[in-house]
Amino acid sequence: MPEPMPAVGLQPQVIPVARQTRLDSFVQRYAERTAHLQASEIRALFAVASRPEVVSLAGGMPNISGLPLDAVGEALAELTRERGTVALQYGSGQGDPDLRRQICEIMSLEGISASPDNIVVTVGSQQALDLVTRIFCDPGDVVVCEAPSYVGALGVFSAYQADVEHVEMDNQGLVPEALTAALGRIAAAGRRAKLLYTVPTFHNPAGVTMSAARRAELLQICRSSDLLVVEDNPYGLLGFDGSPLRALRADEPDRVIYLGTFSKTFAPGFRVGWVLAPHAVREKLVLAQESATLCPPAFSQLAVGAYLSTCDWQRQVKDFTEMYRERRDAMLAALDEHMPAGTAWTVPAGGFYVWATLPQGLDSKAMLPRAVTARVAYVPGTAFFADGQGGRHVRLSYCYPPPERISEGVRRLAAVISAELELLETFGTPSAHAGSSSYDKPHPNLA
Amino acid sequence: MTRLRVVVLAGGLSHERDVSLRSGARVVHALTSAGLEAIVRDADAAMLGLLRQERPDCVVPLLHGAAGEDGSLREVLELADVAYVGSTPAAARVAFDKPVAKHVVREAGLSTPDSVALRADTFREIGATAVLQALVQRLGLPLFVKPASGGSALGGTAVTCAEALPAAMVTCFSYGSVALIERCITGTEVAVPVLELAAGPQALPAVEIRPDGGVYDYRARYTAGATEFVVPAELPEATAAQCAEVAVAAHRALGLRDFCRVDVIVDSEGTVWFLEANVAPGMTETSLAPLSIQAAGLDVGQVFSSLVRRAVGRRRSDSVA
Repeated sequence: MPEPMPAVGLQPQVIPVARQTRLDSFVQRYAERTAHLQASEIRALFAVASRPEVVSLAGGMPNISGLPLDAVGEALAELTRERGTVALQYGSGQGDPDLRRQICEIMSLEGISASPDNIVVTVGSQQALDLVTRIFCDPGDVVVCEAPSYVGALGVFSAYQADVEHVEMDNQGLVPEALTAALGRIAAAGRRAKLLYTVPTFHNPAGVTMSAARRAELLQICRSSDLLVVEDNPYGLLGFDGSPLRALRADEPDRVIYLGTFSKTFAPGFRVGWVLAPHAVREKLVLAQESATLCPPAFSQLAVGAYLSTCDWQRQVKDFTEMYRERRDAMLAALDEHMPAGTAWTVPAGGFYVWATLPQGLDSKAMLPRAVTARVAYVPGTAFFADGQGGRHVRLSYCYPPPERISEGVRRLAAVISAELELLETFGTPSAHAGSSSYDKPHPNLA
Repeated sequence: MTRLRVVVLAGGLSHERDVSLRSGARVVHALTSAGLEAIVRDADAAMLGLLRQERPDCVVPLLHGAAGEDGSLREVLELADVAYVGSTPAAARVAFDKPVAKHVVREAGLSTPDSVALRADTFREIGATAVLQALVQRLGLPLFVKPASGGSALGGTAVTCAEALPAAMVTCFSYGSVALIERCITGTEVAVPVLELAAGPQALPAVEIRPDGGVYDYRARYTAGATEFVVPAELPEATAAQCAEVAVAAHRALGLRDFCRVDVIVDSEGTVWFLEANVAPGMTETSLAPLSIQAAGLDVGQVFSSLVRRAVGRRRSDSVA
């Protein structure tokens, strides 16, 4: 053992002149749009969810343990060996032409007929969303979103200082009358909605899917009000009941911008997504992409291309879907078994999420610390609204934990809800802390 | 000479895991810069095996909240017979339980705001309305409601009218089963770290806290720029001296060891009120203790390496005895 040095007497001195500090020399210089980038105690609570003792029903990480890693490894090694000077070099701003052709084949499964020329490859579909918002939205513009809406989209709209108008959903997705009413309100206020952002299939977080009739109605409203649609479809191929649904873009090529990704059908680590847009929009997206990243990562694109051409990716997607179906079933069974009266939830036909409504009077954000103490985590509904709604809801994801852990997590959550109901009954009021922040969400790498 | 090998324990399962991880990262960097070999580890199922296998010269527990500060983890370190920096399990247990700590320092002659500690089930059994009415009658308004244990202002609410009290109780009970309802003292919020080396416990410069929104909540604590700190606090000389005396007296009364942070509030009369003592004070980039250490002309690495050497020496003399 090393010799400890004597505990020398450090001599603290008191410096007589008071020094003021904010621990951030640049505090007065940040752009206005960063004002909401603040520490959040809710976000901090998610740090606990990464511990194995906690059943996390909070994250949205796909479970990729079923991937043929040996085959993927071999394909990556071959890619480096055979095409290394291309794969490790800058590429085109629009993305690799071969991959864009493969993307068109994938989209054809959803009824989309597209030219590779109208595709821009992006760093995940999250970057596609960023680029689309960048080229369309000025500060103060209105974006129409579902209620609730994908938290990552709300973050982008907020970063570009766009105002979000939420539109009610039911079990068939966006309610057409509510959309018409919202557009009327926006027009009456002398404003114009720049775009409608929708996740029509296996919605995140609501877990519902827009029916075919609704899709037609929605497109009709958008045509008559000349509204641009952004269709975000990360889960479209992960349906539990047969063949993929027809995309909105399939029936309205000139009005719908379609966002896709390999994050759920293959692996999120490559960060490869895409945007399919009408030609004129695509021109601007390529220029925007070049100013944002110069080009999407060549290695990732070629790796995805190699996977698509050398592995049976459709078989793999089927395997993923079966695994997710089993987990969804485990969650629904556990909800049926354990949840107290007054709790309701959606029944997803694909994707990753169940959207649950808590008994009247409960606040999912205020309840999260108790849930973390009980070793279960979820995302409070407030994260999925830009306007403070959502306190009665929670998003429960079944994508990552195995079925028995999902059951245990739901059992713990039910006990937390019951304890919170008891507290509500005792004090007759919900928690003092309300409000919403799109940063009340876990980091994407949370299980 | 071989470098001392230190394991910094950070993370844990408490609500303050995130803060603890940041504290741990900063102290590891500081110890490494001071020439020690330091690594950060979580307090989990692998911890004891790791301590047995790696046999570090010393452990620095920087777990905030339950287990880390309530004495439990320190009991485990005692069982593992490893040198560690900081207070004994018994002292940590007393300091972590705010109502108990307040009682101890009051017995020692210090001022601490009047308060009541109540379990959630007491309200259920006796009826919330009656208990809350009695609380307001006894303590008056404004009040501060916070969990009886835990830090980072989690679950704490200032209450200025009786109607707001039930909601504040619900917030508090989401974080813990016992609430401390304390008379809210208006004044200057000050934190005073106490460093105990060979010469005995000494107060480091007091840090005055001026949050932008008036409330030093989680956001104000961990968003750089959201709070103005003044070090040393802008207080009359006699009051500043009194803050230092209160901090050292609390450290002694609670039987603390090595390092702590005492939070006080100075009212308009100049009375220094003890609020709480933390045995594992936050060491993040926006924490109070590092600011005070710097204002004392020291650096975090120097302070923690001295504490490590002191802990190693203490373990050695225990072994000899």
